[in-house]
Parts: sequence; C-alpha cells; structure tokens
Amino acid sequence: MKHTLALLVVNQPGVMARIAGLYSRRGYNINSIAVGETEDPKVSRITLVVEAEAAHELEQITKQLYKLVDVIKISDITLDDSVERELALIKVKSSSANRSEILQIVDIFRAKIVDVSRSAVIIEVTGTQDKVEAIIALLKPFGLVEIARTGKVALVRSAVRA
Amino acid sequence: MKLTGAQILVECLKEEGVEVLFGYPGGKVLSIYDALYQDDFSHIINRHEQGAVHAADGYARATGRPGVCLATSGPGATNLVTGLATAYMDSVPVIAFTGQVPTTLLGRDTFQEADITGITMPITKHNYLVRDVADLPRVIKEAFHIATTGRPGPVLIDLPSDISDGKTRFRYPEKVSLPGYKPTYNGNFKQIKAMASALRKAEKPVLYVGGGTTISGAEQELLELAEKTQIPVVTTLMGMAAFPSSHRLALGMLGMHGTVAANYAVTECDLLVAIGARFDDRVTGKVETFAPQAKIVQIDIDPAEIGKNVPVDIPIVGDIKKVLTDLLPLVTPGDTGAWLAKTGAWKEKYALSYERNEKYIAPQEVLEILSELTKGEAIICTEVGQHQMWVAQYYQFTKARSFLTSGGLGTMGYGLPAAIGAQIGRPNQLVINVAGDGSLQMNIQELATIAAYRLPVKVILLNNSYLGMVRQWQEHFYAKRYAGTFLENPDFIKLAEAYGIKGFLLNEREKIKDVLAEALAVSGPVLVECRVNPEENVFPMVPPNGAINQMMGVMES
Ligand SMILES: Cc1ncc(C[n+]2csc(CCOP(=O)(O)OP(=O)(O)O)c2C)c(N)n1
Ligand SMILES: [Mg+2]
Repeated sequence: MKHTLALLVVNQPGVMARIAGLYSRRGYNINSIAVGETEDPKVSRITLVVEAEAAHELEQITKQLYKLVDVIKISDITLDDSVERELALIKVKSSSANRSEILQIVDIFRAKIVDVSRSAVIIEVTGTQDKVEAIIALLKPFGLVEIARTGKVALVRSAVRA
Repeated sequence: MKLTGAQILVECLKEEGVEVLFGYPGGKVLSIYDALYQDDFSHIINRHEQGAVHAADGYARATGRPGVCLATSGPGATNLVTGLATAYMDSVPVIAFTGQVPTTLLGRDTFQEADITGITMPITKHNYLVRDVADLPRVIKEAFHIATTGRPGPVLIDLPSDISDGKTRFRYPEKVSLPGYKPTYNGNFKQIKAMASALRKAEKPVLYVGGGTTISGAEQELLELAEKTQIPVVTTLMGMAAFPSSHRLALGMLGMHGTVAANYAVTECDLLVAIGARFDDRVTGKVETFAPQAKIVQIDIDPAEIGKNVPVDIPIVGDIKKVLTDLLPLVTPGDTGAWLAKTGAWKEKYALSYERNEKYIAPQEVLEILSELTKGEAIICTEVGQHQMWVAQYYQFTKARSFLTSGGLGTMGYGLPAAIGAQIGRPNQLVINVAGDGSLQMNIQELATIAAYRLPVKVILLNNSYLGMVRQWQEHFYAKRYAGTFLENPDFIKLAEAYGIKGFLLNEREKIKDVLAEALAVSGPVLVECRVNPEENVFPMVPPNGAINQMMGVMES
C-alpha cells in the first residue's frame, strides 16, 4: 500500500541525500519525493510517497527516518483529511488537425496549455495523483514527448500542524 | 582574540575533556598538527589511519569516554572507513576529524579529495562538512553530544583546509540545539509495570543481555535483577563482560557458537527479556524457531531496534540503567526453582569442552589458563575468527568494559589497535590482545606504535596457520576444500623482535602455564606465539540459518 509521509527536516545541505540513501540502503521504495522551504526558513518540508506492505514495515521506515539527526517530525497523513496536489508538465505531439481534441481534454481537467509549437504543446496540470495519471492516459494516444512531474505535496486540512 | 579553526579544534577538545588524540598527519591537516604541537596536546601517531580509529574505539570501549581520531583528506579519510563502520555497528562513541581540500576546490577532483561525508553517511551516526569557520565550535559541541548520548555512535567532522586556517572569535557554546535529536531515557512506567508483572508470572524466564547493558553502565542493576528474581542469564558476544561469567545464573553466550544451556534455555523459555540486545542473526539463527514459546520484552534506547527482527510483546524504550532502576523495586523473588534446576542440569551436562591432544596445544586450554592466571580481570581485546569465539567461551569475565571485540562488523585487525587505545585509556590495567595469525597481520604495523609508546600490551597469538574460522566452514560445508585459507606465515617472534617487542614461543602443552606466566610478568609489551592445533574447530555450532537448539559438535560430560 502507498503511504504519504509529511516530514519536517532541518534545512541543511545533504538532508535529501541522507533520506534517499537510507531508503535505498534499507531496501525500501520511494514513489515520489518533493521538498521545499516552509514558513520557517530553517525548516524544509518533504512529502514522501512510499510503498509499504505490512504495518511493521512502515513502522521500521519511520523509526529509521527518525534516527536521522536532521529529521524533526514525521507524520503519516495517508488517512488524514488532507489536500494533496501534484503538478505535471506534459509535452504532447500535436498538429493543427488534432489540437482542438487536445484542448477539449485540457478543458475537462481544468489544465492549461502553456506552450505551443508547430508539432507539440506543453500542458500544465495540477491535481491529485489520480487526476494527473488520468490526463496522461488520455493524452497518450497523441504521442507523449516528455513529462516532468513534481511528486506529491500535501497539507492536512485542520488548523493544527502535522 | 581571534583563533584559527585549527586552534579552535584544540580548544574544543580541551573543553570536552579529551586527553588524547589518535591520528596520522598529511597535507590537509598540517595546520591542525601545528596547533596540537604548539599546544603540546597529547597525541598518538598510529602507523595507519585504521589503527588510529580502532585505537579511538578501543579507548572508548575501555573507558566509556569518547575516543577521538584525526586523519588527512583523501586516502587518510578513506582509511578510516572500516573503523567507523566497526564503531557504528557496536555503538561506540568515536569522533573522527578529517582534513579536506579547501572549500574553493571542493567537488573538482582536487588532489587527495574524497567525498568522505558522502562515503560515511551510512556508517556514522551523523557527519558534518564544515563550510564556515564560525560554525566550528557549534559543530564540535554537537558532534560530542550526538556521539555520546542516546545510542552512542561515531560522528565524523570534515574540515576543509581553509576552515582550519580561517580565523574567528572563539566561544564554546554551552548548549546544543538539535530539534531533531531527542533520545528517550526514561522508560514508560506502565510498560515497566507490565514487565514486572510478566516477570512474576513467568515460570521459565530468561534474561538475554547485550552490549547496551555495558554502554548504559547497568551491570550492577542487572546483577541485582538476576539475583533478586533468580532468572538465568544468557549473553551476546557484546554482552559477555556485563555479567560475571562464573555466576551461578550465567548460562554463557547464546547463538551460533553459544552454549547448549543458553540455546536450550532460550528455545524453551516462556519469557525472554532482551536487555540492550538486538536479535542479530548470529544470535537468533532461524528467526521462526527463536524463542518460539516466549513472550518477549525488549528494553532498548533506540526505538528502531524494537521489533526490528522479532515481534515484541512488551517494548520499553529507554536507558537500561534507568529502566532497571525503576523496575527493581517492583520485582519480587520468583519461583524459578524448577527452571533453574533444568537449566543448571544442561549447564553441567553440556559444559563446554574440547579434546586434549598429545601432539598439539588446544587453543581453548591456552585461554582457560590465561583466564586463571589473570583471574578474569584483564582487559581482553580480540581480533576476529575462531580465537575470538574461544575467548568468549573460555575467558571468565569478571569486570565491565573488559571485553573489546568487533561484534557487529566482525573486523579482522581490530584487536591490536584497540588494545593500544585501551592501554592508553586505562594505563594501570593489564591489556591483552588475543589474536589469530590472519587477523594480526591486518594491522601488524601497530606493533610499532606499541613499541614507540612503550605500551605494555600483551599479544597472545593463537597461530593455527589458517584463517581458521573460514577453514572451519570449508571443512563442514565445502567438503574440506581449503580454498585460500592456508597461510604461509612470517616468523612472528623475529617480527616482534624487529619491532623491539619481546617474543615468546609456546609449542609444548606442558609449558602453557609457565610461558604465559613469564610473558605476563614482563613489564613491557610481549608477543606470545602459541602454535595451536591447526584443525581445531569452534563447537558447538549452529549451522547457518538453523534453529539454535540444533547444534553440531555437542559433547556430553
Ligand atoms: C577484514 C576482514 N576480512 C575478512 C574477514 C572474514 N574472516 C572472518 S574470520 C576469518 C579468519 C581469521 O583468521 P585468523 O585471524 O587466523 O583467526 P582464526 O579463525 O584462525 O582463529 C576471516 C578471513 C573478516 N572477518 N574481516
Ligand atoms: Mg588463524
């Protein structure tokens, strides 16, 4: 099962390497990792999406992460009421013949076309990972040239900090 | 007044009460060596950086205080790697300083540049690359704090040469502020009560004691607990010296080369209390058959150790000394008479034994006699192999912090430099390195360090002309195809003497006691080469991934 972990870490060079290294070394899989500064410039927020079969496995991952001196807090927000977003840029082959068809899809997903060239368009979409996957699937028949995804970022809805 | 980074380093060492530094010089630590020289700071020059880091580790294990070492950039730094990994696996507080190319040249494959913080990330508790001399006092303060608190471990500080040369006003911080580092010391009291009640109800309980007990300094509390509750004690390799080997309740080491009594007791127990022990595969054998009927209590300061390898019924995160102190008033003498009778009978029936042989000296006998002659009071270091296991089996430990051995990593070449550190940390103690012929040659250059500083370390070499432990596996699991394990060795006595160390040859069984006694009586360093039976095996033995109660080579007495 996929879990979303929200980490607060000390904003320090090398902290991403420590986290990524720990995962590969202990044989765990990371689906995505997104990082950025928080309201406090000394602290960064990392959103990790990880694969863990048993509860025991997730517990081990969390404890191992906590052992890193730079990790301040870890919350498993998988089941929390949270807002989750991912941004993707999708470059699709396109000619004047099929552009309107692509536009329709873009409209339905409330995405945007942010660049147009003679043979391709770049589409920007924001949403849950499911939504991003869905639009990619629909655009695939036109020919995907390149995709850039940020990985998921998330915040819990309530006023408390997770 | 402003100080250079190198001077600040020396000032910080003094603030931390460091009395000695183990190291090896080079281009990127010249300023640091100069500052040490100008300050007349006590410094040991090993003959290899691996020697320096193991010596710092041995110093730490023998004294309980952090060991500190220093190496230059590039090859000096990479030579520390095995020693740091050794310290990491056995939770030893070591602080390593490395020189580095100047910050302006970082990342350009500069001469003698190695990314040592990258390399050591998985084998240190934490590490730092200092980029601003103003950060140096804080970094050193944090490093000592991290290395010595919670579950101890090595910390490395990489110092670019412009940081050592850069100047700043020096002020040593009083406190550390590490929002992500808050070890738990006090055990949850509800859990401690649950443990007390489990102890009361158990009919066949066992205390399973590991190295964490020594790190926490909880030997006395452990002894009280065992005696008050009358529960038998099994120890891991790292826990051997935490409980007196000759105690009535001691069943000896458990696991792959454990005693029959210890392994049977664990297999049959209904309550297993892990005290600073981490259910290593060398202990558990096949996990599914390990303590199959037992309720499991685990006390450990590292939450990640709890339930890592084996599911736990009553987890207690905390410092062992504190937890046992809280527990002691709650426990009552248990009714373990029948159980003690049973474990006692195993202990007697399957006492460790070996065949005495007319032709060869049995290494076990050498160690039995060594144990007698030293009354179990020496600090014993070992290398890795059969000799290490025989020490664990036959030396009758009586004192905390008296057994220095690489348990987790199993590092050949550890013992000799560790003995240097131990002897410097505890100058009035008898320090002995029990070595194998293979291992001794992995850091044999440290004989020069021993001679140069006139350290009275005693090396007892059990020479079987084999990488004996590997040969034993080849004998049993590879039809005696001894690939790469026979050693054509140098003349160890001549070698010792070339270093200025007195050598003794022991090759007659009748003379074991006399030669050992004579060698131990020498005031300086000695090397005793014991020519032992080349094909002796360490028994009992649990075959790899077997159940620990199914051992090979069991003898009944
Ligand atoms: C650095 C290192 N290399 C290889 C090994 C694998 N190994 C484990 S025991 C052993 C044999 C050690 O031989 P020796 O020191 O003569 O001790 P003996 O087993 O003969 O007592 C070897 C090669 C190791 N533990 N450490
Ligand atoms: Mg040997």
